Amino acid sequence: MAGWAHHLIIAPVLLPLVAGALLAVYDERRQFLKGLINLFSTLANLAIAITLLQAADTDAPGVYLLGNWPAPFGIVLVLDRLSAMLVLLTAVLATASLIFSMARWHTVGHHFHTLFQFLVMGVNGAFLTGDLFNLFVFFEVMLASSYGLLLHGSGPRRVQASLHYVVINLTAAFFFLVGVALIYGVTGTLNMADLAARIPALAAENRVLLEVGAAILAIAFLVKAAMWPLGFWLLSAYPAAAPPVAAIFAILSKVGLYALLRLRPLLFGGEAGDAAGYGGTLLFAGGLATIAFGILGVLASQAMTRIASFSLMISSGTVLAAIGLSDTQVTSGSLFYLASSTLTISAFFLLIELIERGQNPGADLIAVTAEAMGAEPDAEDTATEGGIGFPGTLAILGACFVACALLLIGLPPLSGFVAKLALLAALFAPAGEGAAAGLSAANWAFIVLLLLSGVATLMTLSRVGIRAFWAPVDAVAPRVLAVEVAPVVALLLLTLVLAVKGGAVMQYMDETARSVLTPSAYVEDVLSAPRVPPAKAGLQ
Amino acid sequence: MALLLATCIGILAGSGVWLLLRPRTYQVVIGLSLCALAVNLFIFSMGRLRSGAPPVLSSTAGALADYADPVPQALVLTAIVIGFATTALLLVVLLAARGFTGTDHVDGQER
Repeated sequence: MAGWAHHLIIAPVLLPLVAGALLAVYDERRQFLKGLINLFSTLANLAIAITLLQAADTDAPGVYLLGNWPAPFGIVLVLDRLSAMLVLLTAVLATASLIFSMARWHTVGHHFHTLFQFLVMGVNGAFLTGDLFNLFVFFEVMLASSYGLLLHGSGPRRVQASLHYVVINLTAAFFFLVGVALIYGVTGTLNMADLAARIPALAAENRVLLEVGAAILAIAFLVKAAMWPLGFWLLSAYPAAAPPVAAIFAILSKVGLYALLRLRPLLFGGEAGDAAGYGGTLLFAGGLATIAFGILGVLASQAMTRIASFSLMISSGTVLAAIGLSDTQVTSGSLFYLASSTLTISAFFLLIELIERGQNPGADLIAVTAEAMGAEPDAEDTATEGGIGFPGTLAILGACFVACALLLIGLPPLSGFVAKLALLAALFAPAGEGAAAGLSAANWAFIVLLLLSGVATLMTLSRVGIRAFWAPVDAVAPRVLAVEVAPVVALLLLTLVLAVKGGAVMQYMDETARSVLTPSAYVEDVLSAPRVPPAKAGLQ
Repeated sequence: MALLLATCIGILAGSGVWLLLRPRTYQVVIGLSLCALAVNLFIFSMGRLRSGAPPVLSSTAGALADYADPVPQALVLTAIVIGFATTALLLVVLLAARGFTGTDHVDGQER
């Protein structure tokens, strides 16, 4: 990248920051204008993300030196395949949930658009930064806006869920800080690439401290990624959130996964000497436990939002286990799975609200369960709706539900099947030394849990689907606007594109997994990034 | 000095964790603040304990060993600001929860 295009790397952070600040100026009566600004910024962000993805598809990551300070001293932004892919995924989810919220959800509370932009900024920044402490700052930007968004719409249930969510995330932030401080104390640097370069030369007596620091740091990421004993907060927070908020929150757990996937090969990759491979077993076991917990939860759930939350945990667990194995093929399969499942769960959260809108809240089991959990009828459910209704609503919603189910279960023809196939194929054919000895017990456990998760989702979703679409005798078609169905359909169509273009996408994921797991090019590029020559004084 | 600082951090963190596990929201907020103090002191101590060494280079620069490490001090500053802001936000949520449920129990109901 040359010329002005080089500065595009910082655009996914700057654009939402400027837009969010601008939105904070207008008061709440100018909802339409605010929505328009937000939509414009989100669409521009999507276009930038697509451009960045094309630019990132090389072996040399793009490095942006903030303030033109050379790499280990200043903060760097790094754009490689993994970051570009996740920035694009964020932009897609943001566009979908924003368009969905424009129908009515953005008016149920204050400062929705501002917080939305800041959330996008935090997530993008976390994906792009190459500095550990900067990662913390972007994490906090993301979390602070997510606190506000979780409260969007208010009501006792949301406030209660927020209280727990905020406390847990603040505590996790302390773990983050302690971990970062320990790592800095031992290595004397916070730049991720510089860390990778310094760790092999670390004195043996300091290695334990480094490992303790990394483990404490990992707790912060694992809380965010909702690994089994650390992820219970997700089950009260996500179902309580407003649907468009839950849809964009689907990317938040991926930030934790991203940080693990990025840092583990850098800190404890093959070149790290004695520290190499630290924590792999624990991540793998934790991932499997998360899948197992998710399976039980999916089977036990009645409410659709809870099923979606447990599905999110299953997808987190699957990626975590893959990170623990640190095998190129498995990782590339899990990246495909990550993209596919994030799109699916986001669409599912949006869809659930549309489906449940049509149901009589007093009569069915879902509402009973919700009441047992201490929920009260939400005020916004009684709000009047304007606009044009959508014909054939139930048919469309039913078709979308079937598509979501196919994706979550992993049945053809959508991308959920391709993703699971790629993962299973990689697990059945392990590369390297284990190839001759047959499949290891770990691989078998992963395969079995992966298949079981599909079966459990199939059972639950058919039960819920029958109850929602076939059982009601006097079904009243929910009043749904075209602008609300469109994002769901668009997200599901994207998964179809992922499946149809499976070959090209899989190739991209292979390259991504390879460059993430062997980060020598990343380290070299960051540390040797050339500074922009100083501008000549005066014009000539 | 190291022992004193370590004891301070330990006491702050210990009381913070104990308060964090209490059922009243106000205790939780104070617990979080104490934990934040402990963490900030910890970050600060990661730049090695020195007294009388400035972190900012002067014009009559001597050897690098005459200076304290400025990075942890900058980190602490950032951490304090972020912790302050999020605690303020938590207080708002706390008041809202109190208003909705009529109790200051973290679960919104006694027992």
